[in-house]
Amino acid sequence: MSIAGGTTLQQRRRFLENISRAAGGLALFSMGLGVYSRQAQSLPAEALRPPGASINETEFQSACVRCGLCVRDCPYDTLKLATLVDSVALGTPYFEARKVPCEMCEDIPCVKACPTGALDHTLTNIDDARMGLAVLVDQETCIAFQGLRCEVCFNVCPLQHKAISLDRSHNARTGKHALIIPVVHSDACTGCGKCERACILEEAAIKIMPLKLAKGQLGQHYRLGWKEKEKAGGSLVTPDIEHKYNLPEGETYDYAGEGLKQNKAMPDTPFGKSALERLNQGLQK
Amino acid sequence: MKLTDTTNTTGMDAEREKGWWLAHKWLLLRRIVQFSIIALFLLGPLAGIWIIKGNMSSSLLLESVPLSDPFVFLQTVLTGVSVQQTVLMGAIIIFVFYFLVGGRVYCGWVCPINIVTDAADWLRRKLNLKSKVALSRNNRSIILLAILCLSVFTGMLVWELINPVTMFQRELVFGMGISWLLLLSIFFLDAFISRRAWCGHLCPMGKFYSYIGKYSLIRVNAAQRDRCNDCMDCYTVCPEPQVIKPALKGSADQSPVILSGECTNCGQCIDVCAKDVFSLGHRFINPELHNSKSDTSQREVSL
Amino acid sequence: MSQHKMTRRDFVKTNAIAATATAAGITIPGMKEVLASSEEKIRWDKAPCRFCGTGCSVLVGTQNGKIVATQGDPDAPVNRGLNCIKGYFLSKIMYGKDRLTKPLLRKTNGKYDKNGEFEEVSWDEAFDVMAEKWKTALKKDMEANKGKPADQLTSTVGMFGSGQWTVFEGYAASKLYKAGFRSNHIDPNARHCMASAVGAFIRGFGSDEPMGCYDDMEHADAFVLWGSNMAEMHPILWTRITDTRLTKEGSEVHVLSTFEHRSFDLADNGMVFTPQSDLAILNYIANYIIQNKAYNKDFLEKHVNFTKTPTDIGYGLRPEHELEKKAKNAAKGKLSKISFEEYAKSVESYTLDYAHEMSGVPKEKLERLAKLYADPDRKIMSLWTMGFNQHTRGVWVNGLMYNVHLLTGKISQPGNGPFSLTGQPSACGTAREVGTFAHRLPADYVVKKKSHRDLAEKIWKLPEGTVPGKVGYHAVLQNRMLKDGKLNAYWVMCNNNMQAAANMNEEGLPGYRNPDNFIVVSDPYPTVTAMAADLILPTAMWTEKEGAYGNAERRTQFWRQQVNAPGEAKSDLWQLMEFSKRFKVEEVWPADLIAKAPQYKGKTLFDVLYKNGFVDQFEKQQVTDDRGNQYANDEMEAFGFYPQKGLFEEYRRFQFEGPKRGHELADFDTYHKTRGLRWPVIDGKETLWRYAEGYDPFVGKGDGFKFYGKKDGKANIITAPYEAPPESPDAEYDLWLSTGRVLEHWHSGTMTRRVPELYRAFPDAVIFMHPDDAKKRGLRRGMSAKVVSRRGEIEAMIETRGRNRPPEGLVFVPWFDAGRLINKVTLDATDPLSKETDFKKCAVKIVKV
Repeated sequence: MSIAGGTTLQQRRRFLENISRAAGGLALFSMGLGVYSRQAQSLPAEALRPPGASINETEFQSACVRCGLCVRDCPYDTLKLATLVDSVALGTPYFEARKVPCEMCEDIPCVKACPTGALDHTLTNIDDARMGLAVLVDQETCIAFQGLRCEVCFNVCPLQHKAISLDRSHNARTGKHALIIPVVHSDACTGCGKCERACILEEAAIKIMPLKLAKGQLGQHYRLGWKEKEKAGGSLVTPDIEHKYNLPEGETYDYAGEGLKQNKAMPDTPFGKSALERLNQGLQK
Repeated sequence: MKLTDTTNTTGMDAEREKGWWLAHKWLLLRRIVQFSIIALFLLGPLAGIWIIKGNMSSSLLLESVPLSDPFVFLQTVLTGVSVQQTVLMGAIIIFVFYFLVGGRVYCGWVCPINIVTDAADWLRRKLNLKSKVALSRNNRSIILLAILCLSVFTGMLVWELINPVTMFQRELVFGMGISWLLLLSIFFLDAFISRRAWCGHLCPMGKFYSYIGKYSLIRVNAAQRDRCNDCMDCYTVCPEPQVIKPALKGSADQSPVILSGECTNCGQCIDVCAKDVFSLGHRFINPELHNSKSDTSQREVSL
Repeated sequence: MSQHKMTRRDFVKTNAIAATATAAGITIPGMKEVLASSEEKIRWDKAPCRFCGTGCSVLVGTQNGKIVATQGDPDAPVNRGLNCIKGYFLSKIMYGKDRLTKPLLRKTNGKYDKNGEFEEVSWDEAFDVMAEKWKTALKKDMEANKGKPADQLTSTVGMFGSGQWTVFEGYAASKLYKAGFRSNHIDPNARHCMASAVGAFIRGFGSDEPMGCYDDMEHADAFVLWGSNMAEMHPILWTRITDTRLTKEGSEVHVLSTFEHRSFDLADNGMVFTPQSDLAILNYIANYIIQNKAYNKDFLEKHVNFTKTPTDIGYGLRPEHELEKKAKNAAKGKLSKISFEEYAKSVESYTLDYAHEMSGVPKEKLERLAKLYADPDRKIMSLWTMGFNQHTRGVWVNGLMYNVHLLTGKISQPGNGPFSLTGQPSACGTAREVGTFAHRLPADYVVKKKSHRDLAEKIWKLPEGTVPGKVGYHAVLQNRMLKDGKLNAYWVMCNNNMQAAANMNEEGLPGYRNPDNFIVVSDPYPTVTAMAADLILPTAMWTEKEGAYGNAERRTQFWRQQVNAPGEAKSDLWQLMEFSKRFKVEEVWPADLIAKAPQYKGKTLFDVLYKNGFVDQFEKQQVTDDRGNQYANDEMEAFGFYPQKGLFEEYRRFQFEGPKRGHELADFDTYHKTRGLRWPVIDGKETLWRYAEGYDPFVGKGDGFKFYGKKDGKANIITAPYEAPPESPDAEYDLWLSTGRVLEHWHSGTMTRRVPELYRAFPDAVIFMHPDDAKKRGLRRGMSAKVVSRRGEIEAMIETRGRNRPPEGLVFVPWFDAGRLINKVTLDATDPLSKETDFKKCAVKIVKV
């Protein structure tokens, strides 16, 4: 032990001093970094993660070692690593759909390259990727909603008809044209961003959003009856016994369908049996 | 200003005695290794020759051998995610390597920041700048502890959000962002505010690697310590001067091997010594004394 | 008007006030109006869209000499304010960064050199060099033609024009060549597009262009698309069909194509058939109608003749080609009369089984289609475009379509009729009606007939025998003749034929680069064709000049010049008329011809053709609209008279002074006051359905129908069999290649690929392919592959998803991409009758790169 040093008291004092200084520094440093890390978890909406990345940003950031191997193996230079100015967690891979969208390679090289599994290696079919969800955010500027023939988003969609389909309806303004309107389906959209990239507006009307921002969720306390019935392949409860009704002759009642069905058979003549009755109706009728 | 201080003449004796080349042998070797590693990483993106892909956090050598930074790996594990075996393999390979050659060989021979901090130290010596702020070497341990704890508590790689070391390494390979600004800050910090502030007093990676290399095989020794003429040049150039004393000035029963894990095996002491006191060898020069109990390097040496 | 004037300072001030007020949450009364007035500085005027044959009208917004915006014209009957994605970007097409603004000549050491680099030259120098080349060629022609009658004249000067020319330009060009240079070697790019339709109209009805109009789309009960992807190529018309399908109970849509495309989305009955088997399917339908006695006996007796056409007619390849040598009746098309029974017998073998076997379409689908045509209570509109026209049996297949409609009498009535859609904005108005084809004169007259030439010479005030009587080189032949050195002075205007014409490697490029030839290309942009030229003339486009287009439903639409062309760019009309000044009559006509018209001695072609006392009769004036806006007219400024008006009025004389009726247009001024009129316009009234009593003023009371293009007023049913295509997939070249367009790009992409948004929407051509076909070749979506034919190859990316879904055994490659010239691969086989190339069928292989 040190002989040259001062008294044990002095030593203890110095030790305590050191400890408290260290603890203070540790606390300050941890707090600063901790707060910063909270911010870094909020990924900007326009930054999309590569296929196979966890929807939970914290989970992704904990698994990603920022090695850039996914970026290296991306054949289209879609992915890039965030730098300090990017407001995306430093060094993590991301892409912006409006700049370079994901081309949805069938062999998913970025996922294969990932050494840590931050990009989920169980993702083998790129159609199952969920990088985000396309949302037609502005119907007022989307020219398809005005009746113009665009549908560029539909045309570029790699999962045409599944992820984006077209709805047709009557254009009441012109009276003789149809509106052909793109509709996104979340069950198929991978969030590749080709639609946002291709949107011909100055600011895209269709945008890829993180799933969390884009999707609503129905409360667990309510189910859509017809969907549950479809899922179950039949009624969830015992079907009714046959319904019977008091009806005039010739009329029927369709319980599951259109209800009362009146006999619409043409009468022999437009006139009734009684002349008097008809005459007393008056001319107004 | 008249330069009379010995710090300004550091290495001159060695140059005179051994010639310029021998007085800079290890420095040159280190620079060659450092730049070669960067070049290897850049060969892919610039020339399409993919010997190594990725960056120093994790990479793939010859499309088959995974290499991963054990420090990043440790943080990842602490966040609680289950990771792919690839990165585990990579981390083990790197760990074993540094375990053998010396943990902080990473700092002295691989990390590109070292070039910057060495340059700052050189400038500091040339301009004869004195320390203005004294930092504790314990800071590194504190920061390291904080980082590892934060990884556990936040479930994220928090240090990697600001780590200037990996940032610079990454941007060297993937294209420059603004990490050069951070680099400049480190340079100014080291040159004008506090000597060897970053690597010696702040960087938790260095601390981490010093633990890996605690029992490493390859070591600098002062086997010819009896030749020492007390010129102090080795202390002046050493990034961790506290590690020299036990080996150089230890009693006869103490090993002349520098046993501290903090030693980066940089060889600057060898270069600068006109009397050839130091040489690079293995840790068992004095087998009966390799026991680390005699290692006093952990004790703080204030400068 | 002055009350709307606002200085810039005022504007800044009011804006600042408004901004402050808005920030403070205050609304200042009247502020909106003040701000709006800056918007009012945009002058709006109507113009038809520059792109397809639909003929949508737009309002063009001009401010400070630049087109700053467009809007769909809400009052236009065709589109009612709508546009497609190309129309949406009309205001950007003229402002590509690489517009040509100076003439460019290939030079070495300051002199013209065929192998030199392009250098900027003045218009004077450009025309000097050009005129010298023309004069050399014309001199040679005059010597070769010494003593020959008009119908044996040959020429070595030629021109390739356009269905995108304005009516005036097409007319001026035709006149310059046919009368001035006495060469019929002028053909439009409509040869690649509508020639087969024209051939079938003339053979079937004796008059070009559809009998119906777009209103059919609201009146029909069913639509059948034959080789047309209207969903992409006629986007606005497609919404009309879609709307009818949605709103009319029981309406249905049938789509036939060699691959599945966007129009199949709406199809109730979608059918993918083996290429070329459309011939068999149509004959099957005719057979079905006859077998089931569903034909309209009364209609057939009164209005139809039965004929047959010679078979085994070859494929329009070079005569030394084996297939041509083998053909018994190469290029023959003279019809001979047959009886109904003979006709019935000729289609008898086309049973459901046979049609199914040939086409690969499931029987129930074919039968459903046949039943639809046979049903007397369903009104049917059949529509087609390039699938029928770009076909080595294009005239036949168009005719087979008419057969079906004529058999059932479903023609020339609202909602009932065959409708040939046009590709280009004025393939009808310019190429066809003005007659800029190698065989035509204005208004359905032809060069072959002496009486027709006489009429032209009378109207044009030319000596008898000026207009040559031999049919000139058509588009494909022009390229061959250039290669063979028989066409030496050649002017390409308003098209990009080096990117369009098939077999570029073996015919087009060697032709242009043949050292014997001098090639001039007029274009606003540096196209692939311009790159192959010797002299490039910078050209004004669209609303940089006054113009007129005629769309697919016979609607003629006019526009005024809105802005000035950049730099020294000049309109095609100016170029044609100005160039004519360089020729003295003595340099182009032989002495004996001039002797017949001594008044022309020493005159220039400009004097003879344009300053002829008729064309120049309308004095220079300020063009205005009824709101008092003033418009420039650069050609009027240059020539001192109103050339557009003069040319148009002279052209109209062909419609009124000849024996043929039914092509009458209204006078020039009327068109500037209307969103187009459908001809024939008689007494200011448009014609919606031709040949039908009540709708067509040329059909007499009690006639019911009268196909007055034919002498006896009867239309022709023309029987034609299935004949195999010239090239089918084999062991080596194992896939069919079909080419075509996409919604986002117009033709060769010259304009639309210069609009960044459209370029981004569909950047490069891809190879649409069945995923299994790709897999078999070790290919995946997104990989690069080569399309290789016997003639050439290109490299492009594989696309196995998306809008076009080819069946196994067929690939589709769009041709808009100047970086991937699919016409290096395509075959230059044509319909021997219409001379139109079949861009839809050739054999290729796909090879991994």
